[in-house]
Amino acid sequence: MAALSEWHGRLEETALAPVRRTGLRYWALVAFLLAVIGWGAYAYSVQLRDGLVVTGMRDRISWGLYIATFVFFIGISHAGTLISAILRVSQARWRTPVTRMAEFITVVALVCGASFVIIDLGRPDRVLNVFIYGRWQSPIIWDVLAITTYLTGSITYLFVPMIPDLALFRDRLAGRTSRWRGWLYRVLAIGWNGSAAQRRSLASAIGVLMILIIPIAVSVHTVVSWIFAMTLRVPWNSALFGAFFVAGAIFSGIAILIIVMAILRRAYHLHEYVTEKHFVNLGFLMAAFAAIMIYANISELLVHGYKLEEGVEFHFRQIFLAEFAPLFWFYLLGGLVAPIVIALLPATRNIRGMVVASVLVTFAMWIERYVIVVTGLHVPLMPYEPASYAPTWVEWSLLAAGLALFALLITVFTKVFPIIAVWEVAEDHEAMVGAPGAARRAARPAALETQDV
Amino acid sequence: MCPPTGEVDDGPEMDLEESERATADRDVDPGEAIPPYAVTDGSQFGRRRFLRVLGLGTLAVVPLPILPELMRAAGLAEGQPEPVHGIGEPARTRDGRIRQWTMIIDLRSCDGCQSVGQPPRCTAACIEGHFAPEPMEWIEVYEADLPGGGTQFIPTPCQQCQNPPCVNVCPVGATFSTPEGTVLIDQDRCIGCRICMAACPYDRRFFNWGDAPIPPEALLADYSPEHQVPAKKGTVMKCDFCPDMARTGTLPYCVQGCPNRAIYYGDLEEDVATNGRVVVSASRFLAENDAYRLKEDLGTKPRVYYIPGHGEAVGRDVFTPDRQPTEWPWMEWAEGAVTWQR
Ligand code: SF4
Ligand code: SF4
Ligand code: SF4
Repeated sequence: MAALSEWHGRLEETALAPVRRTGLRYWALVAFLLAVIGWGAYAYSVQLRDGLVVTGMRDRISWGLYIATFVFFIGISHAGTLISAILRVSQARWRTPVTRMAEFITVVALVCGASFVIIDLGRPDRVLNVFIYGRWQSPIIWDVLAITTYLTGSITYLFVPMIPDLALFRDRLAGRTSRWRGWLYRVLAIGWNGSAAQRRSLASAIGVLMILIIPIAVSVHTVVSWIFAMTLRVPWNSALFGAFFVAGAIFSGIAILIIVMAILRRAYHLHEYVTEKHFVNLGFLMAAFAAIMIYANISELLVHGYKLEEGVEFHFRQIFLAEFAPLFWFYLLGGLVAPIVIALLPATRNIRGMVVASVLVTFAMWIERYVIVVTGLHVPLMPYEPASYAPTWVEWSLLAAGLALFALLITVFTKVFPIIAVWEVAEDHEAMVGAPGAARRAARPAALETQDV
Repeated sequence: MCPPTGEVDDGPEMDLEESERATADRDVDPGEAIPPYAVTDGSQFGRRRFLRVLGLGTLAVVPLPILPELMRAAGLAEGQPEPVHGIGEPARTRDGRIRQWTMIIDLRSCDGCQSVGQPPRCTAACIEGHFAPEPMEWIEVYEADLPGGGTQFIPTPCQQCQNPPCVNVCPVGATFSTPEGTVLIDQDRCIGCRICMAACPYDRRFFNWGDAPIPPEALLADYSPEHQVPAKKGTVMKCDFCPDMARTGTLPYCVQGCPNRAIYYGDLEEDVATNGRVVVSASRFLAENDAYRLKEDLGTKPRVYYIPGHGEAVGRDVFTPDRQPTEWPWMEWAEGAVTWQR
């Protein structure tokens, strides 16, 4: 029991550490991210002043990098749902230490993704028209509804399991931290005192939420795909698109989660809780989704390519041989095949290998979104020369700012909220220690795995 | 794990005040284990209150999807869901039926204005009449290959689809079908999302990417969806089928501009169409000349009909090698203007 309480103290200390100490490097990072965001704000002000003419988009290719980035961000927001809801439902115990991070990513990615829709609008000043005149027939409205629902849903889903940890922060930091923090934790902990009744309510609330959030998440990326699939463009004309986008979303979500996990583990010394096992398990999941993506691509391309309807030939040429071939081949080989190989080879089945695979997947999935959006519009509809599109500095700057905003929100989040689900980890640990012979099993990985990295 | 601590005190000697308190706090079971990090400060939430807060949090998931309805109910949106603002009364036949505007383009008479030696006159007339910002060509003359070699010219305005994909996808109803069978855009409502441009299978929609140069005379114009002047930055524009002119008995600019009288404009309801010189019975004209519509297999049901041909009626040779560019020479026209290229 003494060992257990010592273990507890260490866990709590680890969770509290980011809030207690803030180093110079943290501020340097924040300053850098703010600078990038500031540059993006400048680029956006140029776009607001001159109109979308400052982008590379024109009448024939009327969507580009912004919409691709929107789809990408909404995609990675599926990290949270997958890890915390799906794995929670399937009672995969290893997930507990990384749940919280995954849920952070969901909320933050949704905020970033939604802002790219606004950036893409020709008249952002009229965005409220969506609520005033919204028509249910439009896929864009489906998107607005699905994404706002998902955002409120995932904020709730982030918040509810965090209540006991917020109460922990409230108690441990009482009087030892700034006024606003004390106030924040007190309010957010909504009077949690850990009584059995409260625990029962919490458990049932989480139970309801995790069942609710899965269909919401699936619907979100399905309707995102329908923005494209509901048009009469050849490359987008696919009933598979919804499922394809959802698979891709979860796929890229895992990749981002692995990257964020690796960074936070390093920065906040979470080696004891986030271990190689987590990286490898997530890597396997990622490989499984890579296989699903390969399957989807084959069935999509074969069904289209076999019949070679009008416009398909042009489409195949552009993705396999012409303008988009380097991007598309990178996506196929680097983004889909490589992660499977990395997960299968014992030599690369470690943290470093998984991080490399995740970086590849992240790039590949952004590229895939970009290729889907731009090639879809690139196929000529009438007898005219195909148009060309290249993002301008404004678009690249806003992409950089979007990624910086993503990083900044996560960075700030880690300083305010518990990045590890302390109570869930503790519960799991107790369950393990309580089981006969489990103490040895529990002790071993910790001892072994703190050595790496 | 921990031994129950509460039961000892809850004896029969409990007085009234205590029993009241116990009732109020009943939901906090005193016999339960002390959690690893039990709260020590005063705030004692009961289970019910805690549940209520949680429930409210969970409920936050629900309201957003119905927000538009709520806002509409609260009167925040005075407009109808179907916009009618700025559109004239639909034109009617003498016996009160609403006219159904149509366009019939006789490709036998269209030589792409090669004989005139100028960029297509229909396009030019449309641009000048509508002050259409560069480089939009609301009616664009495509040169398409013919199966046996050689080419034909296809003047292509907005097809005024009766099952319009652009209208279906617009999130705010800024683009809409009218009773006269035309498709219009309300540039005061458009949010510039451009999904309609992705949806239009004929590539007939154009975006005001920047600040279009506004000619001084356009500044005097009264804006309406039927008269899209002046252009508004960040919104979509296209051929509006000139219903405002048709109602006053004037033919659209493109019909007026064509030197070969290849474009007919008319009313399907009264079954009449004219190119400004001859008046035909629309149905008979279409049927007798094997009329077709563009991409009919898509099911968009266009209101613009084509009569197959390649300018033979005006003496064009299909294989004309030295043809003029069909692109309107924008840069000459708009020298010094801040604008965008295609
Ligand atoms: S760009 Fe304007 S007209 Fe087109 S779908 Fe969006 S809001 Fe409607
Ligand atoms: S041609 Fe295009 S813009 Fe015109 S009605 Fe049809 S879909 Fe809409
Ligand atoms: S329709 Fe008439 S004006 Fe237009 S290109 Fe053909 S001949 Fe010229």
